Amino acid sequence: MRSKQKSSMFACRCLHSNAGKGILLLAAVLLSSGAVSAADATRVPKPVLEAGQGEKCVENTEFMRKNHMELLKHQRDETMHQGIRTRKYSLNGCIECHASRKTNSVVGSEQNFCQSCHSYVAVKLDCFECHSSKPKPPAHKLTGAVQRSARQDVK
Amino acid sequence: MNEPERSQDQPEAMSRRQFIGWGAATAAGIAIAPGVTLFDLAHGRPAEQAATNKVRWGMLIDTNQCTAGCNDCVTACNTENHLSGGLKETDSQWIRKIELKDLRSSKAHSLPMMCQHCEHPPCVDVCPTGASFKRADGIVLVDRHICIGCRYCMMACPYKARSFVHEDVTGQNPDVPRGKGCVESCTLCVHRIDRDQKPACVEACSTAGRNAMIFGDLNDPQSEISKRVATYATTQVRADLGLNVAVRYQGI
Amino acid sequence: MASIAFREIEGHSRGYYALLGAVGAITLAGLASAYYMEHHGHVVTGMTNQIVWGIPHVFAVFLIVAASGVLNVASIASVFGKTFYKPLAPLSGLLAIAMLAGGLMVLMLDLGRADRMIIAMTYYNFKSIFALNVFLYTGFFTIVGIYLWTMMERGMNRYSGAAGFVAFIWRLLLTTGTGSIFGFLVARQAYDSALLAPMFIVMSFSYGLAVYILVLIASYHWTGRSLDDAVIGRLKKLLIVFVAAALYFVAVHHLTNLYVAKQLDFEKFILVTGGVYPLLFWVGQVALGSLVPIAILAHPGLGRARAWVCLAALLVVLGALAQMYVTIIGGQAYPLQLFPGMQVSSTFFDGVVHPYAPSMPEIFLGLGGVAVAAVIVLIAIKLLRFLPERLDTRESGQLPANQHNEAAA
Repeated sequence: MRSKQKSSMFACRCLHSNAGKGILLLAAVLLSSGAVSAADATRVPKPVLEAGQGEKCVENTEFMRKNHMELLKHQRDETMHQGIRTRKYSLNGCIECHASRKTNSVVGSEQNFCQSCHSYVAVKLDCFECHSSKPKPPAHKLTGAVQRSARQDVK
Repeated sequence: MNEPERSQDQPEAMSRRQFIGWGAATAAGIAIAPGVTLFDLAHGRPAEQAATNKVRWGMLIDTNQCTAGCNDCVTACNTENHLSGGLKETDSQWIRKIELKDLRSSKAHSLPMMCQHCEHPPCVDVCPTGASFKRADGIVLVDRHICIGCRYCMMACPYKARSFVHEDVTGQNPDVPRGKGCVESCTLCVHRIDRDQKPACVEACSTAGRNAMIFGDLNDPQSEISKRVATYATTQVRADLGLNVAVRYQGI
Repeated sequence: MASIAFREIEGHSRGYYALLGAVGAITLAGLASAYYMEHHGHVVTGMTNQIVWGIPHVFAVFLIVAASGVLNVASIASVFGKTFYKPLAPLSGLLAIAMLAGGLMVLMLDLGRADRMIIAMTYYNFKSIFALNVFLYTGFFTIVGIYLWTMMERGMNRYSGAAGFVAFIWRLLLTTGTGSIFGFLVARQAYDSALLAPMFIVMSFSYGLAVYILVLIASYHWTGRSLDDAVIGRLKKLLIVFVAAALYFVAVHHLTNLYVAKQLDFEKFILVTGGVYPLLFWVGQVALGSLVPIAILAHPGLGRARAWVCLAALLVVLGALAQMYVTIIGGQAYPLQLFPGMQVSSTFFDGVVHPYAPSMPEIFLGLGGVAVAAVIVLIAIKLLRFLPERLDTRESGQLPANQHNEAAA
């Protein structure tokens, strides 16, 4: 919402210098933005999330809302390039907890964890073009070094 | 190249703090007495520890033990990495069996061919974004997050080891992300190595009782692979290029 | 030379809009093809894991090579001081920018992840010639842009020589970069040669000049402006030299390879047994693309007729596309030799010649690059003063006096 205001202010300033045409466009911008904010409450439904399967998230909700992408990106580079496979901030860890109880996935339906928010804020989500959106089946339970650290994470 | 900068950002600090919080014992051990833990690195590296160049993963393929018609390594690779196993010209093949016949002596060989995990990989040299890279322990990988799908690495690879993902992929192994528009190749099952397991192909080969593929640390003189390489004559494919590959062949 | 008047073309005729509409439609078809390829993946193209670069790259590399070459006309004026060529320089710069833009568009839209252009701009591996090319290309746009500004803005005219010099050096670097894309491929028998960089430079001279001649004659013909035979005469002689020089490099490249035992099989493939590739090489590139144009241009009668000059230039362009096809696709069609002296077979097409059949979308994507270049030129010459009002002996008065200088160029 804040960014929307900012962008229309910016548009006004730009158009200001362009006399006649500018005023017309300005009116159009104001009109359309007014229409959007009036309809706002009804047009875009708030995301409906299924609760995660674990007890609580690795960080508090406010922090995760703002920073989950940074955590994931950081972990992504560490895992990819250095082979660091701690589970706390790993995408697979997120998916295991947040996969829907109904569909076993974090995307695919508007109620699914990742998709519901991302479609609400209209941010493209392309993790799952490559990554599995479903948790690893329990039969493949991790062994060895990674499992050791998984135990540490739980604590 | 961008690594050091990337690891300076805010969440890094967070994760480090968290780490020390809950991984105290291990972390302290590593910090205080690196020398003591060095030997263990190759054998069960902890999840929070980066891969190191003390190790160089490699493979020795004994072509005398490898039989024409046996495809176990290929099947195991497809299963582990959720490849379709299709044989179209556009399908990915991370490992393939090559049948050879010497034109003069008529001697036949059969062997698996895959990414040779070069010390000086041409794919890494030509990659414009740095998506092709070599990990500290010698594994050559594609970072799909920054691969733009230009396919220059496929032009550069002498072993035809790389495939381009021509179609949408679904049902990936959570440990092996794959998707349309990027180049991919054998990862030496890096996700398994990181949890102290052998590559799927090697495991399948020994399960079948052939033991034609030996996996291990070329830097550790005590490893089976190092002993074999020290004892027998082994070949690097396209040795003329001087790439010092990590996959060696015995018997051709 | 100050008497030369540059003028926008009127661009209101039915022919202008028909041409603009036609190239615009091809551009749209190219963009639609790119979207189609992006949506479905490269499975809808003829490209495979064996032929990884296809028709789009044939067009893209041609456009990029020709883009640097077409700037030569301007360089002859500013770097080599031939004032005769000065009125021809702005069009030369415009074509260079337009063709590079067309070529790059094709390259980018063919990427597996074209949506990640920002990554190509922010992550660099400086050992990669591709990464260096990103800088060479953007630098070329900037430098040629400034060069055009110094030529077309009266107050900036005095910097035109310096800008032209920098542009000339830059275009040599750029084509070196393009040739090295292939020259640095140590693994493949078709490439892996330092000769490719200078060879691409000489090829660019010939491709670029052929395009320039075609555009010049067409635009003067269609706008009814007067174009003196002396102008065509000089460009024509230059084209003979460039086409012959390019052919010379091709001959040296193949002769060297024929002397190297391990290259013999590949040479046999590309020159004799490889089916479409030897055909395109001998008939397309050598005969129709080089020898016939030289014969036409050197012919005392035909060489004077503008239609024949056009035909010769067109043949050079088609020969260039044939050469790109043989180089890029023929080079990949021949299997990699992993085990010399052994017969090999596998499920991954080891040891067999790889077939390639381009699909319509990728052909349209390639043509789209050419069309984009045409759209840019058509709009630019209408909006800005790129073309001299007339190019005849009255305007270029010192023409006869200058003629003895010209042989050096």
